[in-house]
Amino acid sequence: MTKLNVNGRVVEVDASPDTPLLWALRDHVGLTGTKYGCGIAACGACTVHIDGQAIRACVTPLSALDESQKIVTIEGLSPDGNHPVQVAWRELDVPQCGFCQSGMIMAAAALLAQTPRPTDADIDAAMSNICRCGTYNRVRAGIHQAARGGITG
Amino acid sequence: MAPLDTVSSSRRSLLKGAAAGAVLLGFHVPAKGALAQAAAPAQVPEVNAWVVIHPDDRVVLRMARSEMGQGTRTGLAQMIAEELHCDWSKIGTEYVTPAESLRRNRVWGAFLTAGSQGIRNSQDYVRKGGAAARIMLVQAAANRWNVPAAECSAKDSVITHGPTGRTLRYGEVAAEAARLTPPADPPLKDPREWTVIGTSKPRLDTAAKTTGSLVYGMDLKMPNMLVAVPRRCPVFGGTVRSVDRASVANMPGVRHVLQVGDSAVAVVADTFWQAKTALDALKVEWDLGENANVSSATIDARLTEGLDAAEAFVGNQNGDARAAIAAAPRKIEAVYSYPFQNHAPMEPMNATVVWTPQRCDVWCPTQNGEAALAAAAQAAGLPQTACDIHRVDLGGGFGRRTTHDWLIDAVLIAKQIPGRPIKTMWTREEDMMHGRFHPVTKCKLTAGLDAQGNVTGLHMRISGQSILSFVFPNALQNGRDPVVFQGLNPSGAEGQIGYTFPNLLIDHAMRNTHVPPHFWRGVNHNQNAVYLECFIDEIAHATNQDPLALRRKLMANHPKHLAVLNAVAERIGWGGALPAGVQGRGIAQQMGFGSYVAAAAEVSVNDRGELRIHRIVAATDCGHAVNPRQIEMQVEGSFVYGLSALLHGACTVKDGAIEQTNFDSYNVLRMDEMPKVETIVMPSGGFWGGVGEPTIMVAAPAVLNAIFAATGKRLRNVPLAGQDLRRA
Repeated sequence: MTKLNVNGRVVEVDASPDTPLLWALRDHVGLTGTKYGCGIAACGACTVHIDGQAIRACVTPLSALDESQKIVTIEGLSPDGNHPVQVAWRELDVPQCGFCQSGMIMAAAALLAQTPRPTDADIDAAMSNICRCGTYNRVRAGIHQAARGGITG
Repeated sequence: MAPLDTVSSSRRSLLKGAAAGAVLLGFHVPAKGALAQAAAPAQVPEVNAWVVIHPDDRVVLRMARSEMGQGTRTGLAQMIAEELHCDWSKIGTEYVTPAESLRRNRVWGAFLTAGSQGIRNSQDYVRKGGAAARIMLVQAAANRWNVPAAECSAKDSVITHGPTGRTLRYGEVAAEAARLTPPADPPLKDPREWTVIGTSKPRLDTAAKTTGSLVYGMDLKMPNMLVAVPRRCPVFGGTVRSVDRASVANMPGVRHVLQVGDSAVAVVADTFWQAKTALDALKVEWDLGENANVSSATIDARLTEGLDAAEAFVGNQNGDARAAIAAAPRKIEAVYSYPFQNHAPMEPMNATVVWTPQRCDVWCPTQNGEAALAAAAQAAGLPQTACDIHRVDLGGGFGRRTTHDWLIDAVLIAKQIPGRPIKTMWTREEDMMHGRFHPVTKCKLTAGLDAQGNVTGLHMRISGQSILSFVFPNALQNGRDPVVFQGLNPSGAEGQIGYTFPNLLIDHAMRNTHVPPHFWRGVNHNQNAVYLECFIDEIAHATNQDPLALRRKLMANHPKHLAVLNAVAERIGWGGALPAGVQGRGIAQQMGFGSYVAAAAEVSVNDRGELRIHRIVAATDCGHAVNPRQIEMQVEGSFVYGLSALLHGACTVKDGAIEQTNFDSYNVLRMDEMPKVETIVMPSGGFWGGVGEPTIMVAAPAVLNAIFAATGKRLRNVPLAGQDLRRA
């Protein structure tokens, strides 16, 4: 039994210690907003925050975690879905199929928390998430817009 | 009963009994009510097959095509709403099911969401559906007032009687409207009167994609559900020889170890991780079959032989190209190649199935509900009337989800565990190795030139796979696959060549392989545009002509093709000074999926051979532009997909199996490689063209031509990864 602090709530997960956080969240905690895309930390669809850092949940085993670490998923990013990144995403219609977008949004939110006014180079370096539909340019615009406090233009 | 509510009562109670936090299956679960939450309650009758209006004026529009990110849901809603005159802020949508469609004589038409036809091939009947519903609603209000319908008008879901100013809301008269006889052939607005079509309405499904609340197939949950993870013989055509079930039987959570058909196995467990862990440990002996020695080299040799083979299927021919080339004082020749590629949608294949001896229900992301139903019924051993497909939005499709090998296996797994919901999920590795691949082809192009540099004859010999021969062999024409010639045809909406040559021969030596080919965003246009558009560039440079000037000369009979090309040339500043850092520009054009597209690219290649794409300009003439912002998004996306293909995408074969197993070995374009894309949407009216695919056709050739302009190096093989791009 592993105790996790997920979105401000302590939950007990009955899974083997090698179980990646991704599958603990999806199959045990019941939070499916975090997606499986590759299982090898290559695509970023599983990005969540641990103590404010963007990490890839698909390669983070439960054995590396305890309840002292604050895990935040897309479901817990904001109480009402109005984190500046989420607002910018809606204003710009960023998502296409949307499957990678939980990871994109979590990576973008972690970037902005550390670098409130990121340059394009900062964005390139931080955002290695894969999108196959082709939202990259709107993701970039969304990050800049969120950085400006949601002011369009 | 409302037509959408096709889940049987026992099945509905199964769903309602789902644990707290579980989702209502088969329907969108929006964050903020932007979409219909569920099937219309039985007390709300439909106005017609396309339109349900609730007493509180909520409008539910029915969708037969699937949403996979391309924006079709919003575009179709715009087309219905244009004629329905409803309040846009109260619109939701819901998927109809294919079994219900069959029961109603296919009232919703085709479900196939591929070939960029979601909008263009539904536009007529969905607009009429909206118009008919509006006429019935207005008539119902007129009846209530006992006035002629001609004195009434409708706007934003409110009907007004002109002479008296009285009003009624749609929600107040919908039930009465539903009882009226629908008009036989409702008139449609002239495009000049459109106020919803042609505007950039925000997507109806964005909000749920920003909160993680949109439920994809992978996210489905049901009470007592188990998770199956399958593995197929790594070599296509191989079979299972033996499975050592005991090797994993005692592993945590493992419930079943199954053989699936002749060539796959699956572990069924309580959770995905348990099933995958056991599958990795499972000892399986495969009979690799007759293809175990096939490699990329043997496939390439076979394609190379086809380049000069005596027999080939003719796709386009005028004059006598061979004679003209033979008689020409000068000729140029080049050989190009295009590899296998995986669709690699972000959501791996999955389907959730409940099978009993009487019934089979499937919840899955599919690009074709009707084909999914046929596949499920056949695998289930049941009539289609005893099965149904409950769709969820797709985590990417790109053509992969028009075929249902994954669904068939999911049904074959569930069939061995009757009555229990089984969610079958592929690993990314399985998805990579058992995709349905972009066809592999090579092409030899030969041009005869006269003393002035004019093209006297062109022969384009394609050698390689035919998609139809694998997917729809009945559609072959005396063995010939007409789809091979997309973009090279003498006429037709699916791809008319934009050039006129005095003598032309385009033919195909069909050389199939054991690697299954499939429709892949852009399909055969992708390689055909690389082959022809780059070779046109080669002719231009060989004859000291400007690539744009040569095209203009050859395209005089194709004004729509030329218009988009001119548009990108003008916007990028063709012929003008290069911006700082840019070393070369390239252009390309192509017509396909009913639309005319062109692209211009600016690139540089540094001393280390690293390519930078500085800027892309893309133009699209799709006839009518339903939602310009969505078109821009599809154009941008076409460069992500098309440049991934050009820069990175290749699946290679070793010992009969695909070598690439995940995104570490099958690389794709990421943010840092993504160029700026400027989109010119230039609808010329009078026809309906597709949007999702056309632009991908010109992404690769525009960049390849720009690389030549920058470096003098003509790269003829896709992908560029591993090739030396430095100046020749």
